[in-house]
Amino acid sequence: MSAILAEDLVKVYSSRSGEVRALDGVSLEVEKGTVLGLLGPNGAGKTTAVRVLTTLLKPDSGRASVEGMDVVKQAGDVRRAIGLSGQYAAVDEYLTGRENLIMIGRLYHFNSAHAAARAEQLLERFDLTEAADRPSKGYSGGMRRRLDLAGALVAQPPVLFLDEPTTGLDPRSRVDLWDVIAELVRDGTTLLLTTQYLEEADKLADKIAVVDHGKVIARGTSDELKSQVGGERLDLSVGSQDEIAAAAETLEALTGYEPVVEHHTRQLSVPAEGGAQTLIEAIRALDDTDVTVLDVALRRPTLDDVFLAITGKTAADETEEATQS
Amino acid sequence: MTSTPGTTPAQADQIQPDPSSIPIAISDTLVVARRNLTRLLRVPDSLVFGILQSVMFVLLFSLVFGGAIEVPGGSYVEFLMGGIFVQTVAFSSATTTIAMAEDLQRGIIDRFRSLPMSRGAVLAGRTVSDLGFSAITVAAMAITGLIVGWRTHSSFIEVVAAFALLFLFSYAFLWIGAVIGMSAKSPEVAQTAGLIWLFPLTFLSNAFVPTESMPEWLQPIAEWNPISSVVLAVRTLFGNLPEGYSAGDSFPMQYPIFMSIVWCVVLLAIFIPLGISRYRQAASR
Repeated sequence: MSAILAEDLVKVYSSRSGEVRALDGVSLEVEKGTVLGLLGPNGAGKTTAVRVLTTLLKPDSGRASVEGMDVVKQAGDVRRAIGLSGQYAAVDEYLTGRENLIMIGRLYHFNSAHAAARAEQLLERFDLTEAADRPSKGYSGGMRRRLDLAGALVAQPPVLFLDEPTTGLDPRSRVDLWDVIAELVRDGTTLLLTTQYLEEADKLADKIAVVDHGKVIARGTSDELKSQVGGERLDLSVGSQDEIAAAAETLEALTGYEPVVEHHTRQLSVPAEGGAQTLIEAIRALDDTDVTVLDVALRRPTLDDVFLAITGKTAADETEEATQS
Repeated sequence: MTSTPGTTPAQADQIQPDPSSIPIAISDTLVVARRNLTRLLRVPDSLVFGILQSVMFVLLFSLVFGGAIEVPGGSYVEFLMGGIFVQTVAFSSATTTIAMAEDLQRGIIDRFRSLPMSRGAVLAGRTVSDLGFSAITVAAMAITGLIVGWRTHSSFIEVVAAFALLFLFSYAFLWIGAVIGMSAKSPEVAQTAGLIWLFPLTFLSNAFVPTESMPEWLQPIAEWNPISSVVLAVRTLFGNLPEGYSAGDSFPMQYPIFMSIVWCVVLLAIFIPLGISRYRQAASR
């Protein structure tokens, strides 16, 4: 049995500028003990999907279940089986870390001794013992996220939803949080995670569903998606506008792909299937054609690249569209 | 609440209390109320300003207007206290409005809504803790009033009944405030929306002037205003009505205590279900 199942979810918001189809027929399946990464730009419908699956929002049509329980008809039972940690760390900033966790335990109807014991366990596990009795207002961003995540785990739910758990965190805190999440998953928790970062989905998810405009536009393992993008990419910038055409031609001849060009920054990007070897060959070839290379880097594909490969547009374009509509 | 102190988390998972049962609803409400009161004590600014404002109102009205406005057969300070009590209690519902809007914006409401807790507990907890806040401001006003010369001229039971009525009225208005807070688009909007309706409501009443001094067409509106009933009821119970005072011939002015209770019950019957329905559909911004 799948732990999370969504069939053809539709949710339409009407706003002054017209209808927004936040979910336009989303179907998802997450098997028990696995991690699904919902990957997409801002406004793609990721958060709406999470809100429906966590009983916070009723879908206009379609069905969804968590642990076999319908999210609309058995919402109360679903709430007992899930933990939710949202995009904005939903901790009470004037309560201490410990008070926050005890409050949540009490709202799961633990008696006070049990709620206190569980809070203590979680504070220890998330490395918050030292800060436990200070109001969470003074916590760093990373600490707040950990506290919020701890809040989602108070009742040891078998299914966990994390909505952009690392958005806005510095790289160090992000890696720390990844470790914590990876550990949870090892313990057998089923996880649905939304993210704007391919790297994050790559690191944590068994399967990835790419969402855009309320639709799942691609799904598969991280490797499957990356093979669509073409593995690593070579980014470079050239000295002047006049050199862009020559550089593009050289790169295309070398790699067999047409480079993506950003004219105003004089940047070119192309799949580099041969990795470092492609990098060396490219620099040599560009040197031969007298193109000035200002900056060059080999990097792993990002959400932008995945989007570009699937839709022909960058995720940034999509976000812009979403905010304009 | 049925688990024993020794239960392990794994065992507790199997206990599934019904969130719609009354004991669970009360327990959840108290947990939420305790959270709000902890916040209040940790950031005492709103408490301090709430008390200062109440004291200031009593002092300003009694010292500034007290000498200028003559009440035949009574004192303006005594006449005024009922009005100030009711007005301040009504205005404290704005605090509830802002607090709800803030919780909504910060995602706290989402967190609560994802928990298997009673659907009414967040609003009930908020209104219960804010009633506590309201009680503190009422106490501050009463003490200040006593200092500037306010006295009650009725039995102990009537005085207790007056305060009980004030708190019932306060509780009904806190629910109105909570519903506005759940409907406001942002805490900034809530700041204005929470206050704006209170001005016409409190001024179009007998809180500060007798309704008889108003234009004739306005009198029925003022007399059927719930605020007027409560103010008159409180004044009656405190024994603060000047001799020969004519409140008006309309039904609410003839039976102010009865009508106050009716108003409060009607308001609660409307705004509690409305608030809970708003809470169920709430979406964070």
